[in-house]
Formats: sequence, C-alpha cells, structure tokens
Amino acid sequence: MMKPQKVELVPMSGSEAVAKAVIQSNVDFTSAYPITPQTIIVERLSDLVATGETKTSFVNVESEHSALSACVGASLAGGRVFTATSSQGLALMHEVLYLTSGLRCPIVMAVANRALSAPISIHGDHSDMMGSRDSGWVQLYVENAQEAYDWIMLAYRIAEDERVALPFTVNMDGYVITHSVEAMSLIDDETAHKYLPPRQPLLKLDPQKPVTFGTLTLPDYYSEFKRQQEEGMRNVPAAFADATKEFADLTGRRYERLVPFELEGAKVAVVSLGSASGTVRWVARNLRKKGLPVGALRIALYRPFPHEEVGKMLENIDVVIVLERALSPGSHCGPLGSDVVCSLYNRSGQPQVLDIVAGLGGRDLSPDSIEKMFRTGLEATSRPTGLEMEFAGVRD
Amino acid sequence: MSATKPGWRQLTRGAVVTQPSSAREFKTGSWRTQKPVLNEAKCTNCLFCWIWCPEPAIVRGPKKVSFDYDYCKGCGICAVECPVHAITMEEEH
Amino acid sequence: MATLKELQVQELLGPGHRLCAGCGGAITARMTLKAIKRPMVVVNATGCLEVATTIYPYTAWGVPWVHGLFENNSAIASGIETILKAKNGGKLDTDIIVFGGDGGTFDIGLQALSGAFERRHDFVYVCYDNEAYMNTGIQRSGATPEGAWTTTTPVGATSPGKVGPKKDLIAISLAHHIDYAATASTAYWNDFITKVQKAAAVEGPALIHAISPCPLGWRFKTEQTIQMGKLAVQTRYFPLYEVEKGKYKLSVNPHQEPLEKFLKMQGRFNHLFKPEYAWELEALRNQVEQRWAALQELCQGRHPTWNGSNITTPPTPTPTAAN
Repeated sequence: MMKPQKVELVPMSGSEAVAKAVIQSNVDFTSAYPITPQTIIVERLSDLVATGETKTSFVNVESEHSALSACVGASLAGGRVFTATSSQGLALMHEVLYLTSGLRCPIVMAVANRALSAPISIHGDHSDMMGSRDSGWVQLYVENAQEAYDWIMLAYRIAEDERVALPFTVNMDGYVITHSVEAMSLIDDETAHKYLPPRQPLLKLDPQKPVTFGTLTLPDYYSEFKRQQEEGMRNVPAAFADATKEFADLTGRRYERLVPFELEGAKVAVVSLGSASGTVRWVARNLRKKGLPVGALRIALYRPFPHEEVGKMLENIDVVIVLERALSPGSHCGPLGSDVVCSLYNRSGQPQVLDIVAGLGGRDLSPDSIEKMFRTGLEATSRPTGLEMEFAGVRD
Repeated sequence: MSATKPGWRQLTRGAVVTQPSSAREFKTGSWRTQKPVLNEAKCTNCLFCWIWCPEPAIVRGPKKVSFDYDYCKGCGICAVECPVHAITMEEEH
Repeated sequence: MATLKELQVQELLGPGHRLCAGCGGAITARMTLKAIKRPMVVVNATGCLEVATTIYPYTAWGVPWVHGLFENNSAIASGIETILKAKNGGKLDTDIIVFGGDGGTFDIGLQALSGAFERRHDFVYVCYDNEAYMNTGIQRSGATPEGAWTTTTPVGATSPGKVGPKKDLIAISLAHHIDYAATASTAYWNDFITKVQKAAAVEGPALIHAISPCPLGWRFKTEQTIQMGKLAVQTRYFPLYEVEKGKYKLSVNPHQEPLEKFLKMQGRFNHLFKPEYAWELEALRNQVEQRWAALQELCQGRHPTWNGSNITTPPTPTPTAAN
C-alpha cells in the first residue's frame, strides 16, 4: 500500500477545485454553456486552456443542449469528456441526458445544484438534478469542495469501469460549495495521471473500424438495452468499492456511499444530501451532548441508491426525518423521501417518516432550523403520525 | 418472447451495430411489384442508372450493368432515366 | 469535373435500407458519400434517412456513423471534429459529413447549425430537403413551399396549403460568413458531386442544400424522382448556384420550363389549379420569379431588391352561410 501523499493545503472554491481536478484527469474535451452558479468552473477551465496549462479542448457552445451533445460526439470519438451545468441548463439538456446514458458514454458532469424557474432563482436546491434522476446517470452529492475535487477523478474511474459504462453527475450545492473557499488538499499531477491514465474506449468512431451508434430499436429490442443500462447501475457498488479503495491508498481519503453518524441508539435521525449534512451532524452532536438520542445519515451516492444499507441503518429508528431539498408537488414524499421509504419497506422496524421540505431556492438551513427538525422528530416519537410531508420555515 | 433473438447479455452494449453494412441481410426485393429488365445489347455502360439508384440495386460490370434483385424495390427510375432505353419495367407477381 | 466511372464502386450507403422506393433522400445521401474521397465520419439527425437505415440490428452504413437526437447533429459533429483534430496534431484528416432533413436543419436543428458555423468547425452539412417532416407523415416545415399541401397545412375553405415562402437556407448560412454554400440536385449529378467535393475541401464549415424529391410526400410516381429534380431546376423553382467566399455563381442556366410543368406532376399542388386558389398559385409564382431575379442580382455582385411581394396576401374571405 502506497503511503498517502502529504500535500500542503491550498485555498480554493469548489468551482476552482473542480476545474483543477478536470485538467488533472487527462480530460480531452469540455464543452459548456455559462449558467450561474457554474460559471466559475468554465471560466477557470478556459483560463487553464488559454495559458496552455492543459491540452483539454474547450468548445464554447450556444446552449446546454448543444454542450452535452458536443460532449457525446467527443466521447464517441474516443475522448474523456467533462461538462458542467446547473438548473435551467440541466433541464434544457434533459433529453440529451438520456441519450448519453443510452449510448453508454462515460461523461462526467458537475452540477451546481440550483432551483428551477418559475419563479426564477439563482440559489441552491436539488430540484434540478431530481428532475432528471431517472436519466440513467450515476448521481453523487458531495458535501464540500474537497469532495468535489476528489469526486471528479473518482467519477471517471467508476464511469469508465467496463462493468458500469454510464455517465456520472457530481452534484454540488450551488453557491454553498461552488463559491465557498476551503482549505484543499490537492493531489499532484503524477498521482492523478496514475489514477486516471488516458481513456481507451473499446468502441469509437473510427474510419478504420466503422461502427454505427444510435440505432433505432423496435419493441423487440428496446427493453434489452434498458436492462443492460440497469445492469451497469447494479455494478456501481463494486466499481465504487474498487475505485475508492485505490483512491484511499493514494490519498488517505476514504469515501463511502453513505455516511452514518451516531445512529446507534438514536430515536430520531435526519437523512440528508449534500452540504447541509455537515450542519446536520454538528447539530446532532450538540443535541447528543445534551443527552438527546439523535443521529444523522448522509447519502452520498444517490443513484444507484443504497437501499439495503439505508434500510438496515434506519429500521430501528423511531422517527426518520428526510431533509428534502426538492419538491415533488402532489406527493406524500419528495424524491429522497421516496427512496428512504422504499428502503424501509418490508423491514422488521417501521419508523415514522417525516419528509420535511426545506432549503428550497437557497433558503438557509441554519443550525436552529435543523435543531427544530430534530425536536419535531422527538415530539413525534410520542404521537405516531405515519408518513407525512411538510414544509419547514415557510411563512403562511 | 422469441427464442431466437439474443438476450441483453449477448447484445452489444448500447444498441451499437459493429458490423458495417449489415443491412445487406435485409432483402428489400420483396417490396417490388415490377422489376427492371436490361436489354444488354443496348447498354452503353453510361452508369446513369447506377448513380441514381436509391438502394443501390445496380451493380457495375466491365461492359454493362446488372440488377441486384435481392434489393431492387422496383421504383423504375433506372428505366425512365436510361438515355438509350435499355431498361424496361416488367410486372412481377 | 467528375466522371461516373471514377467514383468508387464500394457502396458506403448500401442496399437493405428501408427508405421508400424512389426516395430522393437516399439518392442524395448515396451520391454525397460517392463524392467524398477521404475517410469519413457521418453524423445524422433524426429523420427518414436515419430511421430507415439503422433499424437494430441492421445498419446500411459502411462508414462510422452516429445518430443522436433530432436537433443536435451539428453539435455532435462539433465534438467529434474537435477530438479528431486534437488527436491528429491539430489537423483534421477525416471528412465529417453531417446529414439533416429540412426539418432537422431549417427548424429544430437551426440553433446547433448556427453555433457550429459560428465556431467554424470543419464539416460538410448536407441538408436533404424533401420540404416537409416526411418521416412523421408529411407535416409542414420551415422548408415547405408556398401553397403546398401537407397534413398540417391541409387544403380547405380557410386554408390554401402552407402560407408563406420557405426559409432561405443559403442566406442563413452565409449570414455566418462561411466560405462555401451551394444548392444542389442529384438530377445534376456532376454538379452535385463537384459541389460536395468543393465543400469537403473547405477548411471550415460548408453547406449543401440538396433538393430531394419525395414520391410519397409530394405525390408523384416513384420513377419520376430524377425528373422532379431536373424540373425543379429548369422551372427556376430551385435554382442551382454556389457561393464561394461571398461570390455568387449560377451553376446551371437551363432553357426555362413553365412552373406549371413542375407543379402539375405533384399531387401536393393539385389544388392550386382550382379557381379558388388561383391567388395562391400566383403567390408561389411571384416568389419563384422574385427569387430568380434576386439571384441574378447577386450573381452580378449587386444587392438584390425585394419588393415585398414574396409575402402572401390572401384575398379577403367572402362571407358564407357558415359564418
């Protein structure tokens, strides 16, 4: 086992860190369209291309739909490809997301999660990615800039793993992660290139070996190709384990699909995605010091969802609170809540689930607001309510 | 479910077709109701019929063309465009 | 100047595809591939050509080929071109041929085409124009001509078929300052092949707008496709010209045939010969004449003057018992 690298800490925002990771990942091609709060990523990449610090080709396109389309072309031509977007841009490229996954292009995309119009909002929530969660992309939500940096590289390892061969979104909360500056531990180029040698696809557009991509399938074939995609998803945990182990050997940083905190003996637990998880753990730790039986569970890998593990971790909790940063209007449960309930189905323990919609459109998830959620949960242990969705902190 | 079509484990990933021009296995000749017949003596090998055949179902030869009836859909363009009227369309049943 | 015998024998768009008998688009695509001499990659928009040539597990293509979505062929091509250039020391040694129907080019694909032109990617865009969304069953597009029947511009008491002239794809392309754009018709095979080769030789974007008569959609006999391609040119309905670095040149100036000769062979224009639609026929004729006159000006290096009569003016409707 190689000794972890000892590198000095460097101040960087999440966006800058992503740009840095991209050029260290032997990425051949980027094509992106500007949208707040992703803009710093593409500007930084443009700078690095302009100074010659990277040989990555950068194509400025005229819309996000074309951005991902150009990426698909570049990927099929054999390149390792990156793009980034947010909110409206992700929504605009919606059909191209399905195309990318169906064509099995291992593209990595950073999504600066941001609310969807209308009303227009430039601030963060998860509704953009949740709107495309069934597109067949592997989806991971990072908690901070360090993870954003590391996960670009890990994403390529998993996406390009032949067992997976699916595109990968690295979700980072808009503004909170993209713009906040943190002390970053960077990997040196040599190590990064060792972890990610240049891409060698099995099939590509090559006049020496003509191949047809993007055929039409009639009802007699379509379903089989969808089953193949699902198989790719099912192979992600194995590829995840391999990729993270090797990464841990190189950097000392170990990543898991989900991050439990003080769930042992907890009566109430808050489940969350993304940057709010840090605040949730901080609040939980403080409440535990006061003797309150609370815990937290952060989901990092959202698709494929770790149903089995989540079910095991939560089945003996009395009240599970899902911190839902996206809305599925008309449903008892938002997207994250639905997956949590799914994980609990048919298990020996049956917690109450409170789906609490909060933090929409960048509304701050303060420690106070999260403590309020824990306390609501503690009250609910004595008055069973079943499955409920409620909005937290919304003025009447 | 058909027993003869391959399952998802055997199919090339992503509906990619790795065999170029595999459509040759699909014989469209059954579509036609009329077929072109060449008067070989008249053919000057100008190749107009060949360049304008949409399939193509016309094969070049050293002295004259010939028809590939496996694919000919019987559109009749060759007969109309042949400058020396060497091709006639005959009803086929 | 090309000779047919020089063209490669190998069929890179081979038989076994399921395009209609007599399909003008098939002839356009096949002839394009015959003209290309270097190794190539083909990008295809959704439409007749794509659907009918690649029904899994078959492909009629003997060249690397990709289909993405309806509107993004030019964007996909941009990505391919960039990678192939980068992996070959900045030089592109492969011809990138992008096919789109009129729907996928004039309408839904226009944005991506515009972006690819503006970024000056090196590719040849061939629009096989059958003047409607044919693959989905003959619906009108931005390339449907004045007065044409389609399923979404049917002929009735309040509708004379499609109202308004078709978009000018060459003018749109030239607004991006590209070095080469040309109209073409497979009926003029030598002109067609020469133009495709010129387009491929350009280091940068180039466009071929190829009229591709559709027996099913235009309602004519399958054997008449090439005749249609000739008459379209001879009646000045679809003039053949090219624009090389801003210089307009007429390719073919044939003995003029009357417009009616072209229109009467097609079921989609049948109604124009009824007295109640005479005004619509005049609108179409006016547009054809205006366009020809403008083209002559451009070929002389002069700016064309439009008198606005390419805008259709329907007659005031007479009240009927139903109103």
